[in-house]
Amino acid sequence: MAGVQFEGVSKIYGDNVRAVNQLDLEIEDGEFMVLVGPSGCGKTTALRMIAGLEDISEGVLRIGERVVNHVAPRDGDIAMVFQSYALYPHMTVYKNIAFPLRARGVDKDAVRKKVEWAAGMFKIGRLLERKPRELSGGERQRVALARAMVREPSVFLLDEPLSNLDALLRTSAREELRQFQRRAGVTTIYVTHDQVEAMGLGDRIVVMSQGRIRQIGTPMEIYQWPADTFVATFVGSPPMNLLDQGDTLLGFRPETFLPADAVEGSEGVVTYPFEVTYLEYLGAERLVYGNVGEKSHARHVVSRLPGSLTLPLEAGKTYPFAVALRDLRRFDKKSGLCREGRPS
Amino acid sequence: MSGQPVSVPAADGARAGLLDREGALAKLMIAPAILYIVAMIGVPFVLAVLYSLSDATTGDPTLKFVGLRNFAAALRDPVFRLSLWNTVFFTLVSQCIVVLLSRLLATALLKNFRGKWLVRFLIMLPWTAPISLGTIGWLWMLDSIFSPIDWVLRYVGLLGVPGALLGAGTNLYYLGVPGLAISSIILVDVWRILPLATVIQLAGLSSIPKDLLEAAEVDGASPWRRTLMITIPLTLPITSIAFLFGVVFTFTDLVVVYVLTRGGPVHMTQVLSSWTFFKGIEGGDLAQGAAISLFMFPVLAAVAILILRTARRTEVV
Repeated sequence: MAGVQFEGVSKIYGDNVRAVNQLDLEIEDGEFMVLVGPSGCGKTTALRMIAGLEDISEGVLRIGERVVNHVAPRDGDIAMVFQSYALYPHMTVYKNIAFPLRARGVDKDAVRKKVEWAAGMFKIGRLLERKPRELSGGERQRVALARAMVREPSVFLLDEPLSNLDALLRTSAREELRQFQRRAGVTTIYVTHDQVEAMGLGDRIVVMSQGRIRQIGTPMEIYQWPADTFVATFVGSPPMNLLDQGDTLLGFRPETFLPADAVEGSEGVVTYPFEVTYLEYLGAERLVYGNVGEKSHARHVVSRLPGSLTLPLEAGKTYPFAVALRDLRRFDKKSGLCREGRPS
Repeated sequence: MSGQPVSVPAADGARAGLLDREGALAKLMIAPAILYIVAMIGVPFVLAVLYSLSDATTGDPTLKFVGLRNFAAALRDPVFRLSLWNTVFFTLVSQCIVVLLSRLLATALLKNFRGKWLVRFLIMLPWTAPISLGTIGWLWMLDSIFSPIDWVLRYVGLLGVPGALLGAGTNLYYLGVPGLAISSIILVDVWRILPLATVIQLAGLSSIPKDLLEAAEVDGASPWRRTLMITIPLTLPITSIAFLFGVVFTFTDLVVVYVLTRGGPVHMTQVLSSWTFFKGIEGGDLAQGAAISLFMFPVLAAVAILILRTARRTEVV
């Protein structure tokens, strides 16, 4: 078991393309850390650096106490699950799971015991004699996890391991993965572009964009107190609403923007005339799309109403909607940074 | 959407031309290939079978049926037996060398280095030149007096002085000494097939997903283990294809032996195709030549079946 520490780590391609730019990050021992961001933000490169698959151009990377800048993948005590699962197609499931052990010269009896243990943990005992091509997507994913965990690594890396599963399977796999990680207590670094997955899985989340870290925090911190407008609009679906106000952008989550009489705020509320343009009924909730402000510079805004609020609304009409002051976030228009810190 | 039915204009069936009738079009398009195969392979093959069962000569090509006499005569002939052995030996040895070298070359060509395009071009060059022309080049290289190889060896003192490693003579006579002649034939066979095999191996190597090799690396496998457990098993089908293609080309090749040694010294490098040519065309015994050449058929048929089977296996990974 070990933590992982990035100190000013960069990855520079060619002359001056920085895929990862001055990364400072400390992942604690046993923590489940999720790196999230749009494609090309450098999250996978950062993960591959930990695995030793990518050279580090600048900075220091530590696993535990050890500096691993120049450690080859096979010498690190790391396991990785690839997006494609990268199962060896010509080997049976048993041989796939046994591969990391045999590569390290574990003797045959010990290999058998360990493989059976790992297969039992991921409930794939009955698949051991099959070839990967005979498995379903979900089964392949379990085999990949079993292969990674069989030698009990000190750091466990996952590169979008759920993106090839269908939606239903993804939810159950997410839950299993989380429970497994809690039980094993292994430091886990998980890369995804899906912010819902990130919110659901991570002890903490790192939001990245263009090779830089935009914010590090618990899912709640990230959601409630986004550090800048990028995080505010990347996390949450639909994203945070942003309204122009001089040199400030006012931000509020769709679920805090409600019909005026449903909003109560001890510190006060801000009311806007909300011109509804489109309604989406989703069962548990209703999404109301519309505009706020005068015609010339009206701003598109979304409101998320709980299903219990059955107030009739019609497209084309204007209603008074409001936000409680405590739910308002202020961002600097130029830098995009949040003006206020999180109240402690 | 309202419930208004949308009228779709019906296709005019009467105007479906040849281009729309898949069955007819398929037959039409495959016809030239079939015609070609029948004319260039089918007809000569049937003729060869007929000749081999007759007593035809170049002077009297009328067919008189004589049964299997020609085959029996061929089997009794020590030169034929040596040719058969040489054909198998040259083919297997050269193709084993080709598989090893082409794998090495392909592995090197996968890496990025300066001037890679030039190296690729140079490696492909022998394949683009006509075999006879390339072989004539080798004839010069291996010449008994003017061989540049001998010249270099003399220059560095390995040849031509008393006590030199390769002897005191001024030349090695590559094509005149049995051992050297056999080695020379094999060398030229290797040189000829190597480009094709390298390209095939390169395709095989680059078809391995990068993820797999990286996964093996993170799983702790050494380069050797990665090669033995991942790369070789995954490229085995395509390597077999390269090998089998090489076998077909080398097994049937006439030019290398004909140009370099004409089967000499004293039939030591005679192969089936050259012996067929000398017997059947130059010697005028068409029937005997046809019988000799037909001994290649079972081997080639077996190899062709193997190629087709292996090719099917490469499709399902």
